[in-house]
Amino acid sequence: MSLLHWAVLAPFLAALLVPFLYKLVRRIHTGWFVLFIPIILFTYFFTLIDTTRKGSTIIESVPWIPSLHINVSLYVDGLSLLFALLITGIGALVILYSIFYLSNKKESLHNFYVYLLLFMGAMLGVVLSDNLIVLYTFWELTSLSSFLLIGYWHHRERSRYGAQKSLLITVFGGLAMFGGFVLLSYIGSTFSIRELIMDSGQLFEHPLFIPTMLLILLGAFTKSAQFPFHIWLPDAMEAPTPVSAYLHSATMVKAGIYLVARLSPVFAFSGTWLWLVSLFGIITLLWGSFFAVKQTDLKGILAYSTISQLGLIMSLLGVGAAALHYEELDDNLYLAATVAAVFHLINHATFKGSLFMVAGIVDHETGTRDIRKLGGLMQVMPITFTVAVIGTFSMAGVPPFNGFLSKEMFLASMVHVLELDIVNFTTWGALFPVIAWIASVFTFIYSMIILFKTFTGSLQSEKLPKQPHEAPIGMLISPIILASLVIVFGLFPNLLSTSIIEPATAAIQPTLTNDLHVHIGFWHGFKPEFWMTVGIIVFGTMLFITLKRWWRIYSIVPEQISLNNLYDQSLNMIEVISLKLTKIFMTGYIRNYLIYIFIFFIAALLSTLFQKNAFTIDLDHVAPIGLYEVILAVIIASVSIVILFAKSRLTSIILLGAVGYTVSLFFVLFRAPDLALTQLIIETISVALFLLCFYRLPKLGNRKEERMAFRWNNALISIGVGITVTLIAISAFSSNKPFPPISSYYIENAYKEAGGKNIVNVILVDFRGLDTMFEITVLGIAALGIFGMIKLRTGRKSE
Amino acid sequence: MEILMAIVIGILFTCATYLMLSKSILRIIIGTGLLSHGAHLLILTMGGLKRGAVPILTDKIQDYVDPLPQALILTAIVISFGVTAFFLVLAYRTYQEIGTDDMDQLRGTKHNE
Repeated sequence: MSLLHWAVLAPFLAALLVPFLYKLVRRIHTGWFVLFIPIILFTYFFTLIDTTRKGSTIIESVPWIPSLHINVSLYVDGLSLLFALLITGIGALVILYSIFYLSNKKESLHNFYVYLLLFMGAMLGVVLSDNLIVLYTFWELTSLSSFLLIGYWHHRERSRYGAQKSLLITVFGGLAMFGGFVLLSYIGSTFSIRELIMDSGQLFEHPLFIPTMLLILLGAFTKSAQFPFHIWLPDAMEAPTPVSAYLHSATMVKAGIYLVARLSPVFAFSGTWLWLVSLFGIITLLWGSFFAVKQTDLKGILAYSTISQLGLIMSLLGVGAAALHYEELDDNLYLAATVAAVFHLINHATFKGSLFMVAGIVDHETGTRDIRKLGGLMQVMPITFTVAVIGTFSMAGVPPFNGFLSKEMFLASMVHVLELDIVNFTTWGALFPVIAWIASVFTFIYSMIILFKTFTGSLQSEKLPKQPHEAPIGMLISPIILASLVIVFGLFPNLLSTSIIEPATAAIQPTLTNDLHVHIGFWHGFKPEFWMTVGIIVFGTMLFITLKRWWRIYSIVPEQISLNNLYDQSLNMIEVISLKLTKIFMTGYIRNYLIYIFIFFIAALLSTLFQKNAFTIDLDHVAPIGLYEVILAVIIASVSIVILFAKSRLTSIILLGAVGYTVSLFFVLFRAPDLALTQLIIETISVALFLLCFYRLPKLGNRKEERMAFRWNNALISIGVGITVTLIAISAFSSNKPFPPISSYYIENAYKEAGGKNIVNVILVDFRGLDTMFEITVLGIAALGIFGMIKLRTGRKSE
Repeated sequence: MEILMAIVIGILFTCATYLMLSKSILRIIIGTGLLSHGAHLLILTMGGLKRGAVPILTDKIQDYVDPLPQALILTAIVISFGVTAFFLVLAYRTYQEIGTDDMDQLRGTKHNE
């Protein structure tokens, strides 16, 4: 166990302690104790920056299931360190915020912090794991803890709905990803991601390469809320706001991004990867930004905005993969896309985290998040307003904030897509900058909606559940820190460039980055991306002002064909169809089940018999037919057929007795005296029992006893069973026996070893005595059962 | 002889199956009775018929009928008797409590709907 392992384990251990702290120290808010964990972890990971800056990495391994090559190997390079810093840093801020957001008295805090710590540990495990199976384990743990956090207010119906939806979608993707991991480790014959990256050149050739890639991408897309799997994210907004800020903007939704970035060196050799990742990213970007404008809930807007920004990062990673194909192109333009992706990842975490906290403050202080009711909060909540200004302008891509810089880099990369001429980018590549531009316009619009609809205009105090006032200072600390980071990274972006962005880019593009020097310039001349940004601001402002006139376009597409509706319908359909299916064959009638069993019996046995051509008749060693046997055979056959037509119960019982006595006569003829004896006695008792039971039964009302109604299908099935048994009996008897019977041993040794002359009895009590013992037990149990059934009448008493 | 017995056993199985598919609980029990007769005869037949003497050691005879199937059948008869008796009393009690012997009316509707 290295320090790194303890770092991943620490949140889990702390989660064990939280309930005790909550019960024992009720006066102090539990969050204060929890706060130490991410702070210590953040400090620890901060010290590792020095290592990754020099280009070195840390690998620590602890065996878990060594026989299956599954080891908890943790690996720190630029990319995982970036994520670890985000997780612990924002984790600390979110916990600080939650201390003031969640009440000590009303909320069950122990649950909250246990879930949150579980999530934090799982997320650290995801980004630090080198082993695919361990990565998957932590991945599912994030899904589970996210499920618990979304459903934190479990008495609300919407929370439960959102939690279930997110679990179903992310676990669906997670399972697909697991399949992809298994295939990947099969292709590369290792579970270690580093080793897979080393022989990525050979993996490309394998026929299973594309399925593997698709499965893994399915996992990444569902987790990172990419189109069309984004639908769970808006419903996950039912979670407490600190959870939304942490999971659904900064960390968990970026797990898919992490996975794509981490496995880029393995898959980016394929053009399909390039296409899929960038295409899905850009579609998500447009879709999310377009529908964000429609939302009226603050957190709803932020959710769709998160979806679109995740799409942006994803598309940059896709375009960045082109660097592998085109390193001879000047300036490593596609490498710049990866740099932009990493940079925007950091920026998004800062401004989106702060905006969620702002939304939480507004909700907390006014009692609503509906922008139709909000307005004019600028004077009442000046600090919150300032934070919101910084966050929204950064999100919209306005200088001098950090969002501006990464948006410029994004637009630049999209423009460079035009120069690509592989895998059909020439024909459709032109769409990329156009879509990117349109999406950015919508991003601008919804950013302005958040800002102006909430904070400007007139204060509608009568509509608000609470009288608004500025939030307590403790709640403001975290958003203020994040907002200052937005400004600091905006003004001095090169603080990040060598320490974090370069090592992270090197991890995503390990083959090309020998001479990588990231320098993020604030001003780079009148390039196309500059004019695009100007266009975004101009058009965005115009569209925002005229919002009411064109807002109607959102009602063109009816609600019925939305993706959410599709999800609900299909979930409903699955239930309805499976219920119908079950009702078709689970009828509750014993006869139907027997029919299934018999039909299966006939079909399986007869088809095997004829497929293997196994039916044989061999008359060589059959015994001769005697007159007595023929007479008995005719009797037994005719009597059993007559039972079918018997009208009264009494007749059928007596006829069954006749069959039994004929069987005992058969035993006599076939030289089995003990059998004949037993059969005779037992048949007598059985018939007596039958008569005893059914002769003394209560009258059946008006119902007369009648003959069994004839049914064709029953008759066919019965005849089928009979024929099957006969055919198999004849074939089994006729075919060559593989070895002689073992009875010669019993015959020779019955007297010598056991001292008995009746061989059958010697077998029963001596050679195979155990059978007899348990047969006696069966009789005993039957007797006790019968006694109990007749004597015990508990059901009646309770009535 | 074995071929003839196989046909007789097939008829027993046919009748047993047909009875088990009926509605009346009594007929189902009679069906199981016929089925066990068929199974016992089948065991005996597959062991080979009439080849040798009754399996009780006598000084002069060397050839005996195979005793093992007989021991197996003896066990099977007793077990099937136990089960049939239990089944019968169960049917009797059902009849007493619920007042019907119609399997269609004994359908567990409560949890099916």
